Amino acid sequence: MKLHEYQAKALMAQYGIPLPRGGVATTPQEARQHAEQLGGRVVVKSQVHAGGRGAAGGVRVVATPAEAEEYAASLLGGNLVTAQTGPEGVPVTSVLVEEAAEVAQELYLAMLVDGGARTPVAIASAAGGMEIEEVAMATPEKVLRAQVDPVLGLQPFQGRRLAYGMELAPELVRPTADLATRLYRLFVEKDCTLAEINPLAVTADGRVVALDAKVDLDDDAAFRHRDLQGLRDVGQEDALEARAREVGVSYVRLDGDVGCLVNGAGLAMATMDIVKAVGAEPANFLDVGGGANEEQVKLGFGIILADPRVKRVLVNVFGGILRCDMVAQGVVAACHEAGSRPLIVARLQGTNAEEGRQVFRDSGLPVQLANTLREAAEKLQEVVGP
Amino acid sequence: MSILLDRDTRLLVQGITGREGSLHTRRCIEYGTQVVAGVTPGRGGMPWEESVPVFNTVDQAVQSTGANTSLIFVPAPFAADAILEAADSGIGLVICITEGIPGQDMVKVVRSLQNAPIRLLGANCPGAISPGEQCKAGIMPGAIHMPGRVGVVSRSGTLTYESVGQLTAEGIGQSTCVGIGGDPVSGTDFVDVLRLFNDDPDTDAVVLIGEIGGTKEQEAAEYIKAEMRKPVAALIVGGTAPPGKRMGHAGAIITGTAARAEEKVAALRSAGAEIIPSPADIGAVAKEMVTALG
Repeated sequence: MKLHEYQAKALMAQYGIPLPRGGVATTPQEARQHAEQLGGRVVVKSQVHAGGRGAAGGVRVVATPAEAEEYAASLLGGNLVTAQTGPEGVPVTSVLVEEAAEVAQELYLAMLVDGGARTPVAIASAAGGMEIEEVAMATPEKVLRAQVDPVLGLQPFQGRRLAYGMELAPELVRPTADLATRLYRLFVEKDCTLAEINPLAVTADGRVVALDAKVDLDDDAAFRHRDLQGLRDVGQEDALEARAREVGVSYVRLDGDVGCLVNGAGLAMATMDIVKAVGAEPANFLDVGGGANEEQVKLGFGIILADPRVKRVLVNVFGGILRCDMVAQGVVAACHEAGSRPLIVARLQGTNAEEGRQVFRDSGLPVQLANTLREAAEKLQEVVGP
Repeated sequence: MSILLDRDTRLLVQGITGREGSLHTRRCIEYGTQVVAGVTPGRGGMPWEESVPVFNTVDQAVQSTGANTSLIFVPAPFAADAILEAADSGIGLVICITEGIPGQDMVKVVRSLQNAPIRLLGANCPGAISPGEQCKAGIMPGAIHMPGRVGVVSRSGTLTYESVGQLTAEGIGQSTCVGIGGDPVSGTDFVDVLRLFNDDPDTDAVVLIGEIGGTKEQEAAEYIKAEMRKPVAALIVGGTAPPGKRMGHAGAIITGTAARAEEKVAALRSAGAEIIPSPADIGAVAKEMVTALG
């Protein structure tokens, strides 16, 4: 689960990480009040689950409370389109108003799990304020890493090593190392998949402050963080993706017009690749999982049909525990319910495959049947055309 | 022969009395696996389906039955504990099917098993099967497999079945098929399994099925280049996935350049692996590879 910047900062405040003073506003008037309380120049930041806000015009430094109100009014209720969103953008329902810090230097600090090393890792860089991926590509020597023993946690020496490695002024080493320890504790105790501060600012008056904050929580650990589940902002998610989560299937919306319904994540990716290989574009990734029931298949297929771009659908099921006839029944039921007759290429293999094909033959729907992946690709090719 | 599992495997099932545990225990027994014990705390002393003795602890089960391999179906919040219990009881191979274990739990488990004489397969994996040894410890459909001399290793579940289905359709049998799981942190990686296949006298060639996310495939490529003495055919799926979106598996998300399909394909190709161009070509490419072996 992604958090908004203001939510991430509230967690960081609990761990004593230094932050700019500020407050979140859902109306222009509130934004003005925050600006008045802070006094002087403030920065107004759109709260959306997407990077690239600054370049997209979603962040601005303003000189007066009136300007803060005016700028907040222009953001709130609208959609922000950034390089990381789709063309429709994401809705702005809140803004963060903070004191505008005088920044002397921008650093980078993050905690995440390194799958290769199978440990958490602290990453720091003196080249903050940019995408860390770009820094790693252009100047890998500027990206510092500290592997963390998960039993011991991030050790003080590791924090110092990162701070000295960034060539900070001597008086900044201790507060930066201390901040790293606090960020690591947050990362572990709240079950984060990412806790990132970019930029971590050194201010003109010599403080180290988290100017921006990004925290992603591990959905698999939700059972031990019931208190954090209310932080989810469904409005930031694609409506169909949010519905899929409720249904209990894994769905990701893509840009094409060929819907895909598959059991298993790997096979679903393989299916998308097949669609692309015949010159078409997948409309979605949809994994109904190994233990889906007919209702989940029906609801999952309904999500595909709810996407107005979808004209054709590739159903690819390798039945094991999941029975092909049950999948076919779910698909047919969804079409009847939606009053929809998309062109379907159905490749059924494994448990009850023939029974499943019969369900499709009896359905009266325009279904092309295939036994193998190659046949499915060929049938899809015919449907897609040259 | 085979890797990981053979006729001497004595399987214990943790979570045997649950719905999933029961279903798959039955299927494993049908396939020929010796299931010698089950463990469900609080259900000890009541035999499962009147055939398999159930114990309260893994330690008791191992003492009483000589179980040497454990298959775990315990729900995600308790699965890390179940893995550690198996490891502490002297089990040599732990296969964890459970999906959705918190990442921080797995990091701690993997760290604590680092120097222990134990192999963890998974979590979030379909398990493993050695067709020639009639031994299956996992959730894969047994009937699609065929005894033979090609090893299969994959991060996925149903895509592994797809691969095996294509191999069997071409008349290519398998020595052992291993699913390492779709999570970013797992007990066994491609390199571990490649090493086992490399040393197995009854495996002639390997089919490797990778996907976007992480760098496990690049690590596999380095190993193949440096040490692999047997041909490897590799498929990478997810080339059409956009960055930043998690494709079902926790590990299948493009978070940087190295996580992309083309990077992985390039690494494997330069290491000398035969690249399988499309998921529909797994059987055909494997056939060429096996034919070339003579």
